[in-house]
Amino acid sequence: MTTTPGSAAAPAGRALARTLAVTSGKGGVGKTFVTANLAAALAARGYKVLVLDADLGLANLDVVLNLYPKLTLPAVSTERCTLEQAILPAPGGFSVLLAGSGMVEYSRLTPEVRDKLLHILDVVKPMFDWVLLDTGAGISDVVLYAISLAREVMVIATPEPTSLTDAYATIKVLATQQQRRHVGLLVNQSNRVGEGRLICGQLQQVLQRFVSNGGGSPGEPFRLELLGEVRADVAVRQAVLKRQLLLENYPGSEAAQAVRALASRLIGPDGR
Amino acid sequence: MTQKRIVGPHVAQKAGKEVSLSRLCRDGPTARLLINARFCIWRLAVVIGHQHAYPALNPLPSSTFVDTRRLRLDLALHLLEQAGATLPATEPGSEPWLQSILDALCDLSSKDGMTGLLNRRSFEMALAREADRAARSGESALLLLLDVDHFKSVNDTHGHAAGDEVIKAVALTLAHVVRPMDTVARVGGEEFAVILPNCGSSYGTAVAERIRNSISTMRIAVSPGKHISITVSVGGAFAPEWVRSSPLLWMERSDRQLYRAKAEGRNRACMEPQLEALVTAEEKGMLFAMSLQDLPQESE
Repeated sequence: MTTTPGSAAAPAGRALARTLAVTSGKGGVGKTFVTANLAAALAARGYKVLVLDADLGLANLDVVLNLYPKLTLPAVSTERCTLEQAILPAPGGFSVLLAGSGMVEYSRLTPEVRDKLLHILDVVKPMFDWVLLDTGAGISDVVLYAISLAREVMVIATPEPTSLTDAYATIKVLATQQQRRHVGLLVNQSNRVGEGRLICGQLQQVLQRFVSNGGGSPGEPFRLELLGEVRADVAVRQAVLKRQLLLENYPGSEAAQAVRALASRLIGPDGR
Repeated sequence: MTQKRIVGPHVAQKAGKEVSLSRLCRDGPTARLLINARFCIWRLAVVIGHQHAYPALNPLPSSTFVDTRRLRLDLALHLLEQAGATLPATEPGSEPWLQSILDALCDLSSKDGMTGLLNRRSFEMALAREADRAARSGESALLLLLDVDHFKSVNDTHGHAAGDEVIKAVALTLAHVVRPMDTVARVGGEEFAVILPNCGSSYGTAVAERIRNSISTMRIAVSPGKHISITVSVGGAFAPEWVRSSPLLWMERSDRQLYRAKAEGRNRACMEPQLEALVTAEEKGMLFAMSLQDLPQESE
């Protein structure tokens, strides 16, 4: 299944985790599904991975993973358990910190929510190699704040026009308001090979025209990097319906290979 | 702390033999550094050879070893006199006297001479502070940039003295129309800025319009018996709440709205659109025009 933590691929020593926010302009583009499977792919490469359910208002990482634990973030905040206790093993060899239901009151960014997220990240960063923040869809202040806590961002879009428009809006906000000079793009549910590249090119062109010229420092142009492309795949639908990980149940599927390629791309040639 | 960092290297570079207070005052960029008066006195002591009396960065002892009679303050005093600053009637040469001179110089170097508003330098400091506060507290803060419309034609038609009157009148109105907690600054020739802390995002347009309106209804006396009216264009953007950003970026966002107000015909206030309406029809058009053209070809 997975290699044991601390095997050859894992970096020696415990530096702070790489933090990656996974977001999408529009809901229902497979954000949580990709996040969970990416976490499994990274774990399979020997990294210690935590998926943090930062979609506080409408968490559904539990649905994707078929996990319904008692210990979730509300339990931590009411001091029924410690933060470390709420970090649970998930199928796929990674860990999750679930928001659970009943966090709806946190869908508005209050100082408490903000401090909570900050505190959680401070605690988990030294414990893991990768922390993936599964943020909500859209560009609400909670989502933007959650993204701002991560060093890297990956926006997920599908070729659908509404998804593209919303992804564009998200990237634009990140570029203009958070001074992001680099955003990763994953095209999910693509219809044919090369569509991801095409979509990334389109977005980049519109961004260049409407974002790069106006904002940021002139020396550093905004860059949208295509991190991967996951083709629409029957295996994906079956895994979703069974509420199981694609990587575990359909490891040979085209989509599973694409997720592993995404993991390799993120890891980079140096291994970290 | 920042002040020390700013003052240190610059004054240290000047720590030659001939540096005097008047020389520091004449030199604009250096004069602005006279922010922390106590620290400056220490630096001056270094300059005039009393550095051994004060350990580095140590607060000054209650008694000072600066012999103020040996300082050349004539230019500083002249500058202050010219600026209309009133120095307290303390004994010349005493420590309170020197302190009041330094305070007056600080005041002078942070304000715009013509209008008495904060100058660009102080504005940038205030903006950085406010951006930081908005990021840490989550309170919404608005930055408005104003530019007098067709200012050059005022100068050309009525003379530069009239132009000066217009600038002064706008400054006076601005200072009166905003809350005492707001920061008003002159950031360029005919360009002004207002920082409004704790200003709800739904009030942005109302505030900008109120300012624009009160300026456009002014009657400015440019010469005896002659009054003119002017208009301003206003651009505004809110600081991103909870999110670390930079004051430069905030300024650029407001500036873009000011540019839009100018392009749309002047005498108007433009606010950065709310997030929902972020993608314009033009952008959507470009996004999908390409996809319509390219997709069928690619699928062959």
